[in-house]
Amino acid sequence: MIEFILNNKPVKTDQPSGSLLLDFVRYEQSLIGTKIGCREGDCGACTVLIGELIDGKLNYRQVTSCLTPLGNVQGKHVVTIEGLNMESLSPVQQFMVDESGSQCGFCTTGFVVSLTQFCLANSTPSYKDAIASIDGNICRCTGYKPIERAAKHITESLTDKDQNETLDWLIAQKFIPSYFNQIPEMLNALPKGNHDSQNGTLMGGGTDLYVQKLDQLIDQDVDLILNTHGINNIEIENDSCTLGAGSTATDLLESDIFSSAFPRLKKHIKLVASSPIRNMATIGGNFANASPIGDFTAFFLALNAKIKLTNKDQNRTIYLKDFYKGYKDLDKSTDEIVSTISFKLPTQDSHFNFEKVSKRIHLDIASVNTAIQISISENEITQTHLSAGGVGPIPLYLRETCDFLLGKTLSPETVQSANEILQSEINPISDVRGSANYKRLLLRQLFYAHFITLFPDQFTLDSLK
Amino acid sequence: MKNIDSKGHVTGKSIYLDDIPLIQGTQFGVVFDSPIAHGTITSVDYSKALAIPGVIKIITHEDIPGENQIGGIIPDEQLFSSTEVHFVGQPIALIIAESDQIAFEARKCIEIKISKKNIIVDPREAQQKDLLIIPPRTFELGDTENSWENCAHIFEGQADSNGQEHLYIETQGAYAIPMENGHIRISSSTQGPTAVQRITARVLGVGMHKIEVDVVRIGGGFGGKEDQATPWAVMAALGVSILNLPVKVVLSRLDDMRMTGKRHPYSSDYKIGFSKDLKVMAYETTFYQNAGAAADLSPAVMARTLFHGTNSYFIPNVKMTAYSCKTNLPPNTAFRGFGGPQGMFVIESALSHAAKELGISKHKLQKNNLLINGDEFPYGQIADGVELNSIWQEMESKFDIGSIEKEMDEFNSSHTDVKKGFSLMPVTFGISFTKTPMNQARALVHIYTDGSVGVSTGAVEMGQGVNTKMLQIAAHVFLIDPKRVKLESTNTTRVANTSPSAASSTADLNGKALQKACNTLLERLKTCAADHLGVSSKDITLKNGMVYTNENPTDLTWEQLVMMAFLKRICLTENGHYATPKINFDMKKEKGHPFAYHVYGLALTQVTLDCIRGTYDFDAVKIVHDFGKTMNPSVDFGQVEGGLIQGMGWMTMEDLRYNNDGQLMSNTLSTYKIPDIYSVPKTVTIEPLETNGNDMAILKSKAVGEPPLMYGIGAYFAIDQAIKSFNPNFNSTFDAPFTHEKVLMALYGSLVSE
Repeated sequence: MIEFILNNKPVKTDQPSGSLLLDFVRYEQSLIGTKIGCREGDCGACTVLIGELIDGKLNYRQVTSCLTPLGNVQGKHVVTIEGLNMESLSPVQQFMVDESGSQCGFCTTGFVVSLTQFCLANSTPSYKDAIASIDGNICRCTGYKPIERAAKHITESLTDKDQNETLDWLIAQKFIPSYFNQIPEMLNALPKGNHDSQNGTLMGGGTDLYVQKLDQLIDQDVDLILNTHGINNIEIENDSCTLGAGSTATDLLESDIFSSAFPRLKKHIKLVASSPIRNMATIGGNFANASPIGDFTAFFLALNAKIKLTNKDQNRTIYLKDFYKGYKDLDKSTDEIVSTISFKLPTQDSHFNFEKVSKRIHLDIASVNTAIQISISENEITQTHLSAGGVGPIPLYLRETCDFLLGKTLSPETVQSANEILQSEINPISDVRGSANYKRLLLRQLFYAHFITLFPDQFTLDSLK
Repeated sequence: MKNIDSKGHVTGKSIYLDDIPLIQGTQFGVVFDSPIAHGTITSVDYSKALAIPGVIKIITHEDIPGENQIGGIIPDEQLFSSTEVHFVGQPIALIIAESDQIAFEARKCIEIKISKKNIIVDPREAQQKDLLIIPPRTFELGDTENSWENCAHIFEGQADSNGQEHLYIETQGAYAIPMENGHIRISSSTQGPTAVQRITARVLGVGMHKIEVDVVRIGGGFGGKEDQATPWAVMAALGVSILNLPVKVVLSRLDDMRMTGKRHPYSSDYKIGFSKDLKVMAYETTFYQNAGAAADLSPAVMARTLFHGTNSYFIPNVKMTAYSCKTNLPPNTAFRGFGGPQGMFVIESALSHAAKELGISKHKLQKNNLLINGDEFPYGQIADGVELNSIWQEMESKFDIGSIEKEMDEFNSSHTDVKKGFSLMPVTFGISFTKTPMNQARALVHIYTDGSVGVSTGAVEMGQGVNTKMLQIAAHVFLIDPKRVKLESTNTTRVANTSPSAASSTADLNGKALQKACNTLLERLKTCAADHLGVSSKDITLKNGMVYTNENPTDLTWEQLVMMAFLKRICLTENGHYATPKINFDMKKEKGHPFAYHVYGLALTQVTLDCIRGTYDFDAVKIVHDFGKTMNPSVDFGQVEGGLIQGMGWMTMEDLRYNNDGQLMSNTLSTYKIPDIYSVPKTVTIEPLETNGNDMAILKSKAVGEPPLMYGIGAYFAIDQAIKSFNPNFNSTFDAPFTHEKVLMALYGSLVSE
């Protein structure tokens, strides 16, 4: 039995935990404002909000309900467009009307829901964040310009938002219906027990599994990492950072530990998926689905991260770079799960960069991605870890290139020579994301981009040509 | 007035096909399609699929009571393949089950054997093998053959543009329900209700009067639901006729992308010649249209390529030939612009090519050859009301093309790893269906006895705001509160024999018909009021819901007048019919006056290229557009912005890929990318050109649906120019879209062969 609050009322269902939130709200509850566009998290027409109490405060994130296992909303507050409607239009809805942000209307509710999440966020509102909230919503009619204008007005209308009493302020200003202030109480009244679903497919956020094998999951119970294993904390011990493999990309983005360790974190993570997907997708899931192009895999390979594999009886820890044996072939038995990830925090003289190019810059799978961590002492390379995705059957840790760079002087000549080694370590194939030749050239360019970005005084494109 | 649907849209209350409440007993259909692009079916075994609990019936060609034929222009396409398959995704059967999920399961259990035949995906190869949908057509003006010797400069080359997935966010679908006496009511997500009705009647072997088609609205169409919404509706109706139960068929995104046709890819050759003073003297081009496996709308699309082959330029000697080439891809179909964009891309490529060779700015070449009043189009129509020069002047005065160019040059000479480029893209687009008989429409208006008004037309609302415009027209004629007017669904029993909502002309045709109906009713009411007030009916006016005589208010309200007319047994219902005057076209001569008028415009596109990564950002697009006298700025500006971005998507990231086996590789939203909010230009500025409007347009407000898409072509040439300033050795390949891959290869072309 799964229990949660749907808009303003508690619901109970005996639907399997692997069934989809989208189908539940549309077809079981007849909430037709949530639309079906693609069923792979790429259009945002089915966006809903999921709220939960964190430290006594309601926290809402937007998700694509087409990739949300029903089991993952156990004990939470699910908000569809119907749960945002009031007697008159909310400012979000009104600005979308005023600016003609809707033409055919099929994507519109998704935009309204996402923009409302922006209003609900417990942070200072900025136009940039307003746009970021709809980075997972696709519109084929308007060309987005009217929606940008609506987002601008919405941001302005939040200027006086009370950060401490967000909910009350939003209710008073008629951004959300008044039942929202009863939600904490209603959530607390839900039974705490987790539903029993430890058999079945192990699932994190589901953002990849539902794309790969929807029909094998939707009528099944699944083993939900987030519910049953509770592993999404991020901690520092000595000079190491450990994070639960169930941490989502958004958890990383919002972690103080990560943002102080990686000054460009926001920029890097903006290149990965979209807000709703990042709200669900787990780092452990990104590793374990073994895509040769996983963005976070590339990111953590360059941190030389270790992963802990756990089963009923024991734990073992291996380097992430040793996890991948061949295409979709992992050093992992079926009863093991990736439970934690740990890595040494970057030091003063180490530098980190992540690069990715895809057909579309945002919300797309990379043609090639790469990350580097490099330490320099008196212009000598004292340590380096370099990764690349999309250029081989597995996410690559480029050992030979790293070995070559170690001890060398940081100079354009060194980097150009390193590229030759790098080219010998990769074996890209031609596919829908680009030809093999392109991927070789692109990785060279992104490898150069690491140095141009990290050491702008020493490297220019000209110096590397 | 804002789009009348927008309140329903932002609250999620608007009803689309999948939102229609289901009638008890409704069954669900999933299409079983060919996995092979060309071959002969040797056996199909449905037994395992039929054994699955919940599977009700599998319908094949053998179950069709009428004709197994859905071709619109040419009868060359079966609803369900009987023996031959011609493309991957060609329907073979419809599995009907108690749920979608059961039907999908059943589909996996069908065993099919196909003896493969040679697969052709390249239009030039098809043309060489004489695999043509229709005989080639040629548009000629002057004498190109004898012009070349007088040309000072001649350039030849090839220009290719790829297809484009429509990616309406609402996939194709239909819901058919049985009515009494064997009648069937179909709700369909279609731009062409009459096409659905006609083809359903044909396949079922019944009269059209037995089939009712209703459309409330559709979640995006862009041409993709003009003809290709039909098969799914016919299948659902066929299911109803066999089972006497309601049947719903909604395509999954994967099925939709695999089974439906796209914008036509084109491969083209050009030859262009200039005089010493850089006037284009002669232009020859051959278009190879990739039509896919059946005609669909390809012949009409091909015609519009020819109509717009010279875009906004006057060229005295022209010869354009087009081949509609039959390949083993899904039949390609209508898509905003309808072949026009593909034709314009070629002449813009030719001009870019020439400008580079001549060492001058392309925009000077463009401006030097703009069409003016009195010039003859290659199809014989004499240009009239041309706004191109005034638009160009407006662009120069508002945005100063010269200083934009100068700033760009300065930027490029002081930067090595980022480069800027810009382009100008003029557009001249003809308004009317090029098949003259289609330029007719009807509207049915009821005035109810309380003074409220119901309006039915043949127009389908798909986000373009046509219902809002219709409501405005009725309220404008009657001068009553728009709240008293209701736009009814589009229904074949109320408005029959309609043209599809397409060709940018839906508001013109249906709006003019509506205007006529409303005016007729108004005259009747005025006569009634005049009788009552004892004045002449020409002295009567109505405004704000009141009757006036000689501009003086009377006590008579609109409501009282309506009731009075009813009691006098005056008809309060009117059917208006409109047929566009003047237009004609003789296909034997390939000459005539096919368009009611033209829409003109100009876009200036600015791009910044990241030369390290081979990616780009659009800084700005500045547009001067000829709206005529826009009747609804928020709707019309929305069409310009939306069309622009859709065109830019086609020219940049939308990378349609089929392999040589005819399999769609870009078959999901994760492999086929359309613009997201981060990929649109930072600013889009739209300057409406001040004009007197055109009387052939409804309320002088010109058609606006398709023309702005072609502004997007400017994106290609802006990138092309930016690349040249990084890599002067780059020879443009004119091969759209300009993906990140092509950009990087162009930037470092000489290094790739390493």
